[in-house]
Amino acid sequence: MNTTGNRRTSLRLTLLSAAMFAFGFALVPLYDVFCDLTGLNRDAAQALANNTQVDASRSVRIELVANVQDGALWRFAAPRLPVEVHPGELVRVEYELENLSDRPLVGRAVPSYAPLAAAAHFKKIDCFCFREQHLAPHEKVRLPVLFVLDRGVARDMKVVTLSYTFFALGKRT
Amino acid sequence: MEAVLPHGHHAAPAGLWRWLASTNHKDIGTLYFWFAATMFLIGGLMAMLIRAELFQPGLQLVRPEVFNQLTTLHGLIMIFGVIMPAFTGFANWQVPLMIGAPDMAFPRMNNWSFWLLPVAGLFLIGSTLLPGGAVAGGWTMYPPLFMQGGISYDLTIFAIHLMGASSIMGSINIATTILNMRAPGMALMKMPLFVWTWLITAFLLIAVMPVLAGAVTMLLSDRNFGTHFFDAAGGGDPVMFQHVFWFFGHPEVYILILPAFGIISTVIPTFSRKPLFGYASMVYATAAIAILSFLVWGHHMFTVGMPAAAQLFFMYATLLVAVPTGVKVFNWVATMWRGSLTFETPMLFAVAFVCLFTIGGFSGLVLAMAPVDIQLQDTYYVVAHFHYVLVTGALFSIYAGLYYWLPKWTGHRADETWGRWHFWLSAVSVNVLFFPMHFLGLAGMPRRIPDYALQFADFNRVASLGGFVFGASQILLLIVILKCLRGGEKAEARAWEGAEGLEWTVASPAPYHTFTEPPEVK
Repeated sequence: MNTTGNRRTSLRLTLLSAAMFAFGFALVPLYDVFCDLTGLNRDAAQALANNTQVDASRSVRIELVANVQDGALWRFAAPRLPVEVHPGELVRVEYELENLSDRPLVGRAVPSYAPLAAAAHFKKIDCFCFREQHLAPHEKVRLPVLFVLDRGVARDMKVVTLSYTFFALGKRT
Repeated sequence: MEAVLPHGHHAAPAGLWRWLASTNHKDIGTLYFWFAATMFLIGGLMAMLIRAELFQPGLQLVRPEVFNQLTTLHGLIMIFGVIMPAFTGFANWQVPLMIGAPDMAFPRMNNWSFWLLPVAGLFLIGSTLLPGGAVAGGWTMYPPLFMQGGISYDLTIFAIHLMGASSIMGSINIATTILNMRAPGMALMKMPLFVWTWLITAFLLIAVMPVLAGAVTMLLSDRNFGTHFFDAAGGGDPVMFQHVFWFFGHPEVYILILPAFGIISTVIPTFSRKPLFGYASMVYATAAIAILSFLVWGHHMFTVGMPAAAQLFFMYATLLVAVPTGVKVFNWVATMWRGSLTFETPMLFAVAFVCLFTIGGFSGLVLAMAPVDIQLQDTYYVVAHFHYVLVTGALFSIYAGLYYWLPKWTGHRADETWGRWHFWLSAVSVNVLFFPMHFLGLAGMPRRIPDYALQFADFNRVASLGGFVFGASQILLLIVILKCLRGGEKAEARAWEGAEGLEWTVASPAPYHTFTEPPEVK
């Protein structure tokens, strides 16, 4: 049997698979290069995503609310004051969460909006509600939300309420 | 374990060690099949639970988050745990027998490629027990959902890595075996078509499994190491994952079907008692499908935001796949044309494959058209489409191959009566199960939802009933295989009258070692 031949073939194929692994990572910048060269995806759709224009002619008051399902275990608090934002502006606010119990807890926040029509224009770039929160006994953390209220929001919408309800996860008792 | 095995024509070592440490291609092939069967049972039970929940509107049996876990795991298990290992089982058993090689090129690596799989399977199924439950974001693992889950998501990524490593090692082994170890006289264009399709599949696997590994590695580092490949908050792009994933995902679809083409191209000529019509065109069609598979990934993401030029490109490229596939279907029908046909169980499954896979192909053409796809994406029409190509396509070809080669593997003919019952019950119920899903999708029922609007109730009930019968019918296959292992009518070396090929020149059951002296191929 041709063992050297087998070894050579397998070596080539292994190199090919290693190259393809690298190619998978290279795809991330390559797609960008490809789109720059061809001009694909560099028009209206992309402009929308890159829109950093702030509509300073008006402002919307964002009221921040925090609810917690089991108040004996957690303290969950929103910033004390509402924030005034211009549509299109990137805003950061911080909630606070504290584990009041003597054991580690896992929980998760679920957002809701009032009025409901605001939800479509409320773009959360990053939010603690995307992830489960793991807290050690008596640990206290600050939880940031990064959002943009986009410029499509109706002119008569002067106040938007962002409300989070925090739920404990795990075995229900 | 026996300390020293006598050199040369020794028998199989006994006991557990034979299987754990096996380097014999036939043993490893058998292991692949039993692994696939076990996973099929688990994935199948999940499907039964899904259909039971969808039997009527409302939430009956499982909570929505559990339902999402069921659909996700069902997809991952059936693709990576059933269809791919079963085809690798065929490759292990049949490739050396069909090309006259004594074993695979790297027997020890072969052992490794198999034993990584049960570990990966265990991780995948074990993740259901972790806090938060198993992955629930769909088998495609799209961020941002996939980056927000718990520890089971990391475990699933690890399982994908293991299964990918297993596939890559298996493919390197198979490709090397086919390229270097053919019997003297067997030129590439004289190879059985099953070997050809597996050679091309192996190259596809070597090319795209590493890309999947890269994609899930990026997910893993986004989740745990603070990178932002797909995280919008850090300047990444979640859609990028879809591009990288489907660059793997579409060739993967053909990885799941090309070996099926090989099996069908072996079974149909046997029971038509004619050589395969258009052998060379079959080879070229397979290669053409493989090449096209790299150019069509965008059709999975028509609605995520893509310029019209790209949509048109992916649409036309996808429609082009129908040409080589059409050549294949034509050749199978032409092989049967004026043949002296008999309809033993393998042939029944093969004929059903040709008809039903073509239905799946047609619904694929419908979905390939971007304007239609924008309507139908994420509906049950898509579910109907890929179950037609994967169940009545890939799975039915696996059944055809099993019934066809069982006499060679066990030395006993499969029970024809039980086999026919298995076929007819499966073939009828599978259509009752999946055909109404076309109507549900056209009417707008979304996929991956545990509850639905009342107007979908009737077709869902029909589909569920079909599903229960289909699930139960698969027990017949287990009975056939067990009966075949225990005894039954002795099979001669050439088990089927019209069978051609080197595997039929060795005794049935195939001895533990075959072709230690290479056969001469004229």
